Amino acid sequence: MSDTPTTTTTTTTPTTRAEYCVIACAEAWRGDGEILASPMGAVPSVGARLAKLTFAPELLLTDGEALIVADVAPIGAAPQTVEGWLPYRQHLGLVMGGRRHVMMGASQIDRYGNQNISCIGDWARPTRQLLGFRGAPVNTLNNPTSYWIPKHSARVFVERVDVVCGVGNDRAVGPYHELRRVVSDLGVFDFATPDGSMRLVSVHPGVSVEQVVAATGFPLSIAEDVAPTREPTAAERRLIREVIDPRGWREKEVRS
Amino acid sequence: MADRTLRDKVMSAEEVVARLRSGMTIGIGGWGSRRKPMALVRALLRSEVTDLTVVSYGGPDVGMLAAAGRIRRLVTAFGTLDSIPLEPHYRAARERGAFELVELDEAMLMWGLTAAVHRLPFLPVRAGLGSDVMRVNPHLRTVRSPYEDGEELVAVPALRLDAALVHLNRADRHGNGQYLGPDPYLDDLYCEAADHAYLSCERVVDTGELAKGGGPQTLLVKRLSVAGVVEAPNGAHFTSCSSDYERDEAFQRHYATTEWSAFAERFLAGSELDYRSAVAAWHEEQR
Repeated sequence: MSDTPTTTTTTTTPTTRAEYCVIACAEAWRGDGEILASPMGAVPSVGARLAKLTFAPELLLTDGEALIVADVAPIGAAPQTVEGWLPYRQHLGLVMGGRRHVMMGASQIDRYGNQNISCIGDWARPTRQLLGFRGAPVNTLNNPTSYWIPKHSARVFVERVDVVCGVGNDRAVGPYHELRRVVSDLGVFDFATPDGSMRLVSVHPGVSVEQVVAATGFPLSIAEDVAPTREPTAAERRLIREVIDPRGWREKEVRS
Repeated sequence: MADRTLRDKVMSAEEVVARLRSGMTIGIGGWGSRRKPMALVRALLRSEVTDLTVVSYGGPDVGMLAAAGRIRRLVTAFGTLDSIPLEPHYRAARERGAFELVELDEAMLMWGLTAAVHRLPFLPVRAGLGSDVMRVNPHLRTVRSPYEDGEELVAVPALRLDAALVHLNRADRHGNGQYLGPDPYLDDLYCEAADHAYLSCERVVDTGELAKGGGPQTLLVKRLSVAGVVEAPNGAHFTSCSSDYERDEAFQRHYATTEWSAFAERFLAGSELDYRSAVAAWHEEQR
């Protein structure tokens, strides 16, 4: 992808899978109001910025470090307008205050939304050390949490996670636990079932329900009216391609 | 001018390490691959001090000490190089079972340090419950709110330290330390949680210069919590030390992709000056 796509390609090139994922991630923050959006990963970062530029203008975003930035800079570029300060200690405090909606990654996730980013295998002697608990335990007990899975497979969507970092609905504790949605490169999921297990709510255009079921390692609830993930508007497509992600980081995270 | 009525705490990195003992609990400031007291860590690696309990938001400090077999027990929430998500030498040491791990959540670690600062036995935190933090840390206990809500919370035990190592941008000879980047991390907490804190800095300046360099809120560490000051230019290298310098990404990549003993032999066998020369020579080779 060129750094400066022309208007012609913007309007005529069909929506890519990565762009449907961006739309699905952006939708996660719809209606959140004046809170901090904490996207982890390229596609959620593009999504949060798109939400801020369109239907969720009150969202707060950071530069990935200690600054809250008022302007929406292209991914990888330095923002120009600092509107606030959020060093790690305040960020951890803000999590506990709840005015934040995080979208984390997951190396493994189960049907109740338990998430693992710590290690694979026996925790005492892992076969593969991953990131560690990081902030997943405090996030999931204190502020709304969603997940982004760039490569949907039965190795990620597992029957049982090796280590519970982010807390799922079957293990929920305290007054503020709230899992919102899971976005993968195949579809969108929520937990609106009687037992709080994961439910398929939309598939990205070009993906079948059967494909999602086959790539999921646990029995998946299917919403009665599984719809295709919505199309970006022409304006949204232009913002994604020309303003937010002109270098195409999204396409490196999700190959079409 | 330095105030003659106050102690001059300036010392060398070697003098700091001479005050550390095997078996101690040592807190290391910074965060991931950001403003780590690497010159002090390198001095520690040149010593015989071992069998350490290390408390750190882990970056290459943890990676190097773990690779060198100096850590008996590690208290952390992650091991990362930030721009390289997994710290490879930490990861390798963990996968071969090289140390005992106390793996906590990021917030729990902060509140454990805060409890130590306030001389409290613990602080209640809404984190860990429901997750495997509780399974892999059977020593953790919970408390129930004595008020109407009755909520059960984790009682994070105080993380009291024998010694702390931190790196800041500026300090005076008495131990007043200043950060000039966007994030203080938790360096003041490490210093106040420790019996003896050692502060390295890019430059030692007269006390009067400190407030000229930034607002009073940049004066992060107070001399009453500092036992020693080390002037260590480029002392956080290869991690970042904003606003003096950013991370040396090229060299970090080299660290991450080089087998540990080869890296240690080339870069860590000699003094800090030898380290700087070896890094400069390596950069020259890359041109």
